[in-house]
Amino acid sequence: MATIRIPTPLRKYTQGQEEVQVAGDTVAAVLAALEQSAPGIRERIFDDAGKVRRFVNVFVGEEDIRFLDNLQTPVAERDEISIVPAIAGG
Amino acid sequence: MTAPLRQPRPRVRDLTELVGNTPLLRLRHIERDCPGVELWAKCEFTNPAGSVKDRAALRIIQEARAAGLLRPGMRLIDSTSGNTGIAYAMVGAALGVPITLVMPENVSVPRKQVATAYGVEIIYSSPMEGSDGAILLAKRVVDEHPERYWYADQYSNPNNWLAHYHGTGPEIWAQTSGRVTHFVTGIGTSGTVMGTSRRLHELGPHVRCVGMQPDDAMHGLEGMKHLPSSIVPHIYDESVLDETMWMSTEEGWDMAERLAHEEGLMVGHSSGGNVAAALRVGKTLAAEHKPGVVVTILCDRGDRYFLPLKWEKHYLW
Repeated sequence: MATIRIPTPLRKYTQGQEEVQVAGDTVAAVLAALEQSAPGIRERIFDDAGKVRRFVNVFVGEEDIRFLDNLQTPVAERDEISIVPAIAGG
Repeated sequence: MTAPLRQPRPRVRDLTELVGNTPLLRLRHIERDCPGVELWAKCEFTNPAGSVKDRAALRIIQEARAAGLLRPGMRLIDSTSGNTGIAYAMVGAALGVPITLVMPENVSVPRKQVATAYGVEIIYSSPMEGSDGAILLAKRVVDEHPERYWYADQYSNPNNWLAHYHGTGPEIWAQTSGRVTHFVTGIGTSGTVMGTSRRLHELGPHVRCVGMQPDDAMHGLEGMKHLPSSIVPHIYDESVLDETMWMSTEEGWDMAERLAHEEGLMVGHSSGGNVAAALRVGKTLAAEHKPGVVVTILCDRGDRYFLPLKWEKHYLW
């Protein structure tokens, strides 16, 4: 199972959980599985065309998936996936 | 034929004299979308450390020293998403006040580099917890070492909004010769919108003041706060505002791009959101065939957002 780190603004979809364990061998599969356990989270991350929103950054480990294979980036058993938003306020 | 000499700017003895008194620029290209309405923007990127936050940082430090709260040997500490930190760093270096900043680890690389160049100490908070995580960590550090730090607390410090009450507000009034009809700007700490709106309402009770917020907790208008999902700044008082406007990240980002292409203004996404909000006000007025003088804020320059994250390998817009 991979671990997805959930940022504060999305924790309302995960009952406050900071991390969610999901199965999947690509970023796309893992995020689809996340929607199963956290309904509603998908449309906060993806736009209507199914692409990751411009201001949402998804990392596998320390690497931005934009510089890997985007949603097709492979995910291994113990990988950590982080969803990182912009920073608010002052 | 020789061009007439422009009046040179006066000499200054102290860097901090360059804070505030920023130019008010007409957005001649954008305002074509709202015929009959004037759109104007305060060029806060002309402040010495490059953002609107120089105003609050200067007043916060000056007043704390005058009141004996920030004593020799103590460090100023505060949480910040970037621009306030850079502003403290500049004022602190110029006035000899040591600075400690608590920033979320995912603030953009240029912000970290700029702050570091002024010689500040930086403590990083979790990139997953955003600016609220930085607030909580700053409080914890202060609780552990109360003798070492003076906690500036920009979210609660009245000198944040007073900087705009005594600066931005009267400047806009004078620069528009009292013609301003609307003031529109986004909410970060809310210092700009609170102080400026309070003063403009005193000077011209008819002036409508609009606070803009991102339309969702998960947004990309860096520096702006979605208050329903955030720690609400103590200085925020909704009753000061005539209206709240909700802005999507996409609309703000598109406007930032337009400002660069059409006006030659390479500004940050929060400025894009501000101008997009001002244009909405302008379009509403134009649709009703009403004139208006709408003023907003250009918070900082866009180059502060290149290389937005430490993991990034090259520039993406």
